[in-house]
Amino acid sequence: MENNIALLINNISVVYHDVIQVLKGVSLEVKKGEIVSLLGSNGAGKTTTLRAVSGLLKPENGRVTEGSIIFEGKPIHNQPPEVITRLGIIQVLEGRVPFKYLTVEENLRVGTATRWGKPYKEDLELVYYYFPRLKELRNRLAGYCSGGELQMLVIGRALMAHPKLLLLDEPSLGLAPFLVKEIFDIVKRINKEQGTTIVLVEQNANMALNIATYGYVMENGKIVMEGKAQDLKENPDVKEFYLGTTAKGLVKSYKDVKAYKRRKRWL
Amino acid sequence: MDFFLTLLVQGLSIGCLYAIAALGFVMIFKSSSVLNFAHGELLAIGAYIFLVISVWLKLPIYLAFIITFVGSFLLGFVIERLFLRPMIGEALIEVIMLTVGLAAMFKGLLLFIFSGNTYVYPNFLPAGLAVKIGSVSISPVYTATFLITVLFLIIFGLFFKYSSQGIYMRSVADSQTAALSLGVNVRRVFALSWAIASLVCAMSGIVLGILNGINVHDLSKMGLKVFPVVILGGLESIGGAIIGGLIIGVIETLVSGYFSTSLRDVVAYVILVIILMIKPYGLFGLVEIERV
Repeated sequence: MENNIALLINNISVVYHDVIQVLKGVSLEVKKGEIVSLLGSNGAGKTTTLRAVSGLLKPENGRVTEGSIIFEGKPIHNQPPEVITRLGIIQVLEGRVPFKYLTVEENLRVGTATRWGKPYKEDLELVYYYFPRLKELRNRLAGYCSGGELQMLVIGRALMAHPKLLLLDEPSLGLAPFLVKEIFDIVKRINKEQGTTIVLVEQNANMALNIATYGYVMENGKIVMEGKAQDLKENPDVKEFYLGTTAKGLVKSYKDVKAYKRRKRWL
Repeated sequence: MDFFLTLLVQGLSIGCLYAIAALGFVMIFKSSSVLNFAHGELLAIGAYIFLVISVWLKLPIYLAFIITFVGSFLLGFVIERLFLRPMIGEALIEVIMLTVGLAAMFKGLLLFIFSGNTYVYPNFLPAGLAVKIGSVSISPVYTATFLITVLFLIIFGLFFKYSSQGIYMRSVADSQTAALSLGVNVRRVFALSWAIASLVCAMSGIVLGILNGINVHDLSKMGLKVFPVVILGGLESIGGAIIGGLIIGVIETLVSGYFSTSLRDVVAYVILVIILMIKPYGLFGLVEIERV
């Protein structure tokens, strides 16, 4: 059972600039080969949780002050990103962040930084196999690619690093619904075919719960709910606040005064 | 007409020199946004290392080149490790003031060792480099400057375009957070850009030494001359640094040829002021690729 766990976050607190506390005792567990989604509204602390794992808190002047993060049995909290990425944890940043003045292929090559000096041709082919569109664009500057193409690019770039644990921060941000579906399907395939463990942070709760096996709901820096993805989808509170339907499964309407009055009672 | 052509060729060659000097400056600025005020001193250090090895130790010229390059490359590393790395995360102005301090320190050290005298290198350039096109004859120094610059630009072009380390360096200049998220060793990139900048400085220091003789004051003045060049070209653009260098080189030589040599040093700064007034981001300054 113990060996089965890829990532274990144990009651962590995160403080920015030594004063602003963002996470207050978050615990979660990710099993190997599984997709776990982390849901919640803006400012709930989802991105901070991911940054705590990937080591990217430091450039933002944040720190894990309590608790521990264990990856494959090793504590990794407050380690620099150079160390953490070399263990196989790669975060795909929110809002995509490509290297605008590098071509698509050069962007992908930056993904080999953790394995500097090793051959990368096969990895390029693997990325082009999942994202054929990128192959057509290989010599274009990333700054001139569309949002959907960029999302494919940054996921592909992360794949180049042979990640064991992929942290995806809102891949659906600002994309057309059919593109979101396409990208989520590919993420699911990567998870199945490469055995990559994935933590998915999403606002699009419906999509995220469709491909995930387990889900956590965050609110104000705490985990307020967790469960199997299927159970969460059926949960009346999740339906109400994150899926945009009423407890009965109907589209929410402000005519229905009772639904309007419903409160998040765990706050 | 011949006079004009001779000046033009000389100007282009000096422009090449400015271009490689500016290259090192742009490299540091691009990767870490630090304006390096110790640039001229790095140039002088390179020139003096070469002087010590070729004239005082009397080692063969090719060996002198190799040792100078390796030495200045390492010097760049050491400077980054000792002085710049502890400053990571501090405000930019503090880092820039640190380079001003470094400049004063290096200059003092060089003056202490070599005093303000002017030295010259032995004439080691092969006479075959003298080129005569029609009635315009070009002396070996200018041909050599031109060839060395082109060689350096090709090497750097290939390095940044194709090598993994070159691509990592560009990625850091592009977005530091994204580079960090992929495990690029940002501190190594900073160290490498200082090392390469220092090497390029040594190169231009040697060429300048061949042209004008080696003098601490003259060489460190080149550190200021870089500013008109990079601001004309646009601070972030390596291509801009090259074209800016060529433009300033040509204008300077033409002005000193047709008007007065005393105007020579002034004209670059006049151009600088004009450029800042009409095109503050330079000719090839970063045109943000904007997408929302």
